[in-house]
Amino acid sequence: MTFREVEDKARSEWETLQNRIYITISTATCGRAAGALDIADLINKELARRSMEIPVIETGCMGLCYAEPLVTISKLESLRIVYHNITPELVPRLIDGYILGDDPCLELALGTLETEGENGPYIPELSRFEHELRLILRRCGYIDPKNIYHYIANGGYRGLDKALRMSPEEIIGKVKGSGLRGRGGAGFPAGSKWELCRTAKDTPKYVICNGDEGDPGAFMDRVILESDPQQVIEGMIIAGYAIGAREGYIYVRAEYPLAVERTQVALRQAKELGFLGDDIMGSGFGFHIEIAKGAGAFVSGEATALVSAMEGRRSEPRPRPPRLAEAGLWAKPTLLNNVKTFSYVPLIIEWGADWFSGIGTKRSKGTAVFALAGKVNNPGLTEVPMGTTLREIVYDIAGGMQNGKRFKGVQIGGPSGGCLPESLLDTPVDFDSLREAGSMMGSGGMIFMDEGDCAVDTAEFFLDFVTRESCGKCTMCRLGTLHLLHILEDITKGRGKMEDIDLLLALAEDVKGGSLCGLGSTAPNPILTTLRYFRDEYEAHIGEKRCPALVCKELIAYYILPEKCDRGCEHCVLVCPTEAIKGGKGEVKVIDQNKCSKCSSCLQVCPPEYNAVVKLSPISELPP
Amino acid sequence: MKKEMTGEEREKLAGIIHGYRGERRELIPLLQEIQEELGYLPREAMEEIANFLRIPKVLVWGVATFYNQFRFVPLGKYPIRVCLGTACHLAGGNLILEALERELNITVGGTTEDYKFSMERVACIGCCMLAPVVVIKTKIYPGMTPFKVEESLIPYKQDSLSP
Repeated sequence: MTFREVEDKARSEWETLQNRIYITISTATCGRAAGALDIADLINKELARRSMEIPVIETGCMGLCYAEPLVTISKLESLRIVYHNITPELVPRLIDGYILGDDPCLELALGTLETEGENGPYIPELSRFEHELRLILRRCGYIDPKNIYHYIANGGYRGLDKALRMSPEEIIGKVKGSGLRGRGGAGFPAGSKWELCRTAKDTPKYVICNGDEGDPGAFMDRVILESDPQQVIEGMIIAGYAIGAREGYIYVRAEYPLAVERTQVALRQAKELGFLGDDIMGSGFGFHIEIAKGAGAFVSGEATALVSAMEGRRSEPRPRPPRLAEAGLWAKPTLLNNVKTFSYVPLIIEWGADWFSGIGTKRSKGTAVFALAGKVNNPGLTEVPMGTTLREIVYDIAGGMQNGKRFKGVQIGGPSGGCLPESLLDTPVDFDSLREAGSMMGSGGMIFMDEGDCAVDTAEFFLDFVTRESCGKCTMCRLGTLHLLHILEDITKGRGKMEDIDLLLALAEDVKGGSLCGLGSTAPNPILTTLRYFRDEYEAHIGEKRCPALVCKELIAYYILPEKCDRGCEHCVLVCPTEAIKGGKGEVKVIDQNKCSKCSSCLQVCPPEYNAVVKLSPISELPP
Repeated sequence: MKKEMTGEEREKLAGIIHGYRGERRELIPLLQEIQEELGYLPREAMEEIANFLRIPKVLVWGVATFYNQFRFVPLGKYPIRVCLGTACHLAGGNLILEALERELNITVGGTTEDYKFSMERVACIGCCMLAPVVVIKTKIYPGMTPFKVEESLIPYKQDSLSP
């Protein structure tokens, strides 16, 4: 079959689907966690019970993770509606309401989906979509990731079709001209990397897709592989053709079993239709892709360490040069890019370098994908033009802070990044502005913190993570980070000294300078940025033995206000896991501080109308 | 904790190794497949791999201990993974971990004496919007509180161990 014939078949299959009632359910890992599989099962059962034959399609993630499980009902000549937070009890209501009848069940709806031109569907009712520009997420949640025809019907493989009729140099010229910078975090110009691989003398050459997303709080690579794996594959094939490689590998975290499974299906289907194999679409160019599963080491995300892992060794980084482009996998020229970087490639080939470089800021082109988590109302995934401000992301896209609390800071880019305060909310988010502010794009994870989160505790959390994940090759990374962690532990436990702050600053510089790879050289960033923007908190911990955010366990105490305690209820007594709360019916409850494990259960169950349990800091404030 | 491999395990091991060519680069995929099949990496299996790939045993051991994924003792019937990613940490993930430690009377990395539960901490399972999250076997428990821990364990505790 020629590409046109495949495309026609895909279009007609897609149109047939559009011309009938069908249901989609987001069953990426996030949807599953919220119970989407049970909902899918139940819908199928309920439809069967009514002898109705309606396709129920499992899709990926739409990025509206806060509203999972999401069910979309598409009806010809009627509104296509997305329903959110669907529970088993609501399923019959949806089926009898909107599938059998004409009642749109608006009380369960999140918004309606309309199709607008090439940019794919959007939800007009959701204000966040007005700020978003979805390029690589545009099919996520709308198509069946296990059906290659859905991908092709929505523009898939057109980039490859075009690329195969271009010369490799032309393709590299386009990638360079687009200004695309690597989305793994460091932002190296992708086109230059491709050119280095192309001109490297040695053969064979390899293409590797880095899907080892280890940053806590980042999940966009997982979502793309689970929702639209074909676009990553298409980008890799184009890259293989451009640099002259015949083999590619997708390195995925083993912690992402669904991403592995869906990518495997996608590879098989691409091969069946002739997009992979010895003679791709009759061009004479051959390319093969295999999956390599990671074994759970954060450092594997570092390029040279990833290559070590693929060779069957411990994933330890090595000094550069030589760059991977000269000596990578099995010492051969290797092109390694992130999942997102490859995803942009088909679009750049199809829509052009100028179109892409028209989006974003002067030095950061295109869009950025962020995983939004933490204390915001609408966590999930978003794709915005580079240069969108933090304020827009927090308030217009993520829906503002939970419970009306005040924004305190945002940790961007995981342990490699930094924590930015409220005063920097108007910072445009792009590679260079973030670096200037002391943070970095990193993986694109954003964790929002409110006044109830402690800056020192957060820094300690990240240091704890990097000390566990350091591969141990560099002394500064292995022992320097551990020393930093111990100092932070002292501070959060109330044993800190004022001179510790200077020691942290000095040691941070040594760890940065004395480490080979990104893990060690960025490890002190969380300390440096929190010291830069939240120094007063460090000083309160050290000087007053007080945790202003009421987080650090050793510096806080739970206390029951006797005047507020309703003597009739025993909620706190019943939930306390260490039996630290005394007082029978009709008595004021008292917490035995020696037994209290500070688990916060009593605070959570004390009825809001009493609000008798409080947290105090410093502990010396406890009444005798 | 250490136990000899059973005959059945040895057979499975032989079957897995049979599917590989014996190249150095196959070390990690081999370890992964064996663990997936047996639930852990018995010492004997790692020695077999070393012979098969013609590399020193210490090298197999060195690679296996480097990665977080590999285990050298069998997991409990219901392995529990506590997510301690950033979002889970901010939402009190460590309180959940402590509650589980109290409930099961084991520490992270441990297995209960009846091999029913084992507990690990993971860096992030990518469900940050549902923080804090605990995974028991394959079921994900979103929005955990120390109080809900006891309740979520009940169905697993009530089930009697299969012989």
